[in-house]
Amino acid sequence: MVKEIERAGIPVVHICTVTPISLTVGANRIVPAVAIPHPLGNPALTMAEEKALRRKIILTALKALSTDITEQTVFDVE
Amino acid sequence: MQKIRIVHYINQFFAQIGGEEMAHVPPQWREGPVGPGLALAAAFGQTAEIVGTVICGDSYFNEHTSEALPEILDMIKAAGADLLIAGPAFNAGRYGVACGTVAKAAQDELGIKAITGMYVENPGADMFAQDVYIISTRNSAAGMRDAVKKLAPLAQKLVSGEPIGASSEEGYLPRGIRVNLFEKDRGAKRAVEMLVRKLRGQDFTTEYPMPDFDRVAPQPAVKNISRAKVALVTSGGIVPFGNPDRIESSNASRYGRYDLENIMDLTEGKWATAHGGYDPSYANRDADRVLPVDVMREMEIEGKIGSLFRYTYSTVGNGTAVKSSKAFADEFVKELIKENVQAVILTST
Repeated sequence: MVKEIERAGIPVVHICTVTPISLTVGANRIVPAVAIPHPLGNPALTMAEEKALRRKIILTALKALSTDITEQTVFDVE
Repeated sequence: MQKIRIVHYINQFFAQIGGEEMAHVPPQWREGPVGPGLALAAAFGQTAEIVGTVICGDSYFNEHTSEALPEILDMIKAAGADLLIAGPAFNAGRYGVACGTVAKAAQDELGIKAITGMYVENPGADMFAQDVYIISTRNSAAGMRDAVKKLAPLAQKLVSGEPIGASSEEGYLPRGIRVNLFEKDRGAKRAVEMLVRKLRGQDFTTEYPMPDFDRVAPQPAVKNISRAKVALVTSGGIVPFGNPDRIESSNASRYGRYDLENIMDLTEGKWATAHGGYDPSYANRDADRVLPVDVMREMEIEGKIGSLFRYTYSTVGNGTAVKSSKAFADEFVKELIKENVQAVILTST
């Protein structure tokens, strides 16, 4: 799906846990996620901490979308 | 002849420890064959012995590869294995990646032979077919008998050093290696035969398949994300509670398009996951953990994005055919373009 969206002309960022799969499939902008059953959350944290974590991932995704790239790039969450 | 000492690598599911709720278990060692190892042991007969089985949860392996892999290699080494068999993983993506990673490391770091098996669309196949012999299997465990039948003889050849035939003869996935050989007929004759078959509309097998580089060049960056309309898409199977479109829990044949208007937060009991390939309890409690609508609304309010597109598209990426997911995106991307969506965030589990 990532490739078809990009092929159609819309920049797309893939947030996923197993980044090697994303690289193999051919996503260009990739942001690593937390864990397979909760990519944008962590049930071990409080709701507030969890939301802060989710914000950080989304802000990284927005940064990725705003960055020109020439090859597949993984944008680590800071 | 001495019996070949085999260590078998399998996941929590095939070890009958449990399904997705147990996918977090770290590596453990069992003496002798377990689960599919029994069928393998039978296929080898007196020539080999499965001395032990390494079991690891698929999520644990993929989330903690740097810790899990050395631990697994230590177990294989301690058992004095001549051969490592991983899987077969069929179309289970995380399991396939784990099998490929363990098999390659056993070859490279322990210097022993290794073999695994997968369905051709398993992401692990693309990642490891060049490095490891991967028996081509069906897309579900119903293909176990078939897989074992091809796996055992090839494994035996690997260990004994017998010459290995072409991928089409032995039943492994092509490794992209060319070998010189003499054909019965000369090239001109073969080419004309192939052409005639093609003109008649009959099946023919090319001798030189074109490489399949399906890469898409990156789109330029979004100029001003704070004014852009951004859409959310997921393969994590998030759907309104009750799964109104009946999206299948694996090998999905459809996707859903869901209205997010006035929804600030995906709450328990209203949204859930239809995905059958991961433990659903976390997503069912708070679907924002997979489809982050709550934070996207904050971004919208704070002006970090222009707006969140009204609809989200969701399917289950669990053994779903590449062809199906391509068709889904081909269809919904038309609406994204028509509605001037400038960027997409796609989440996967």
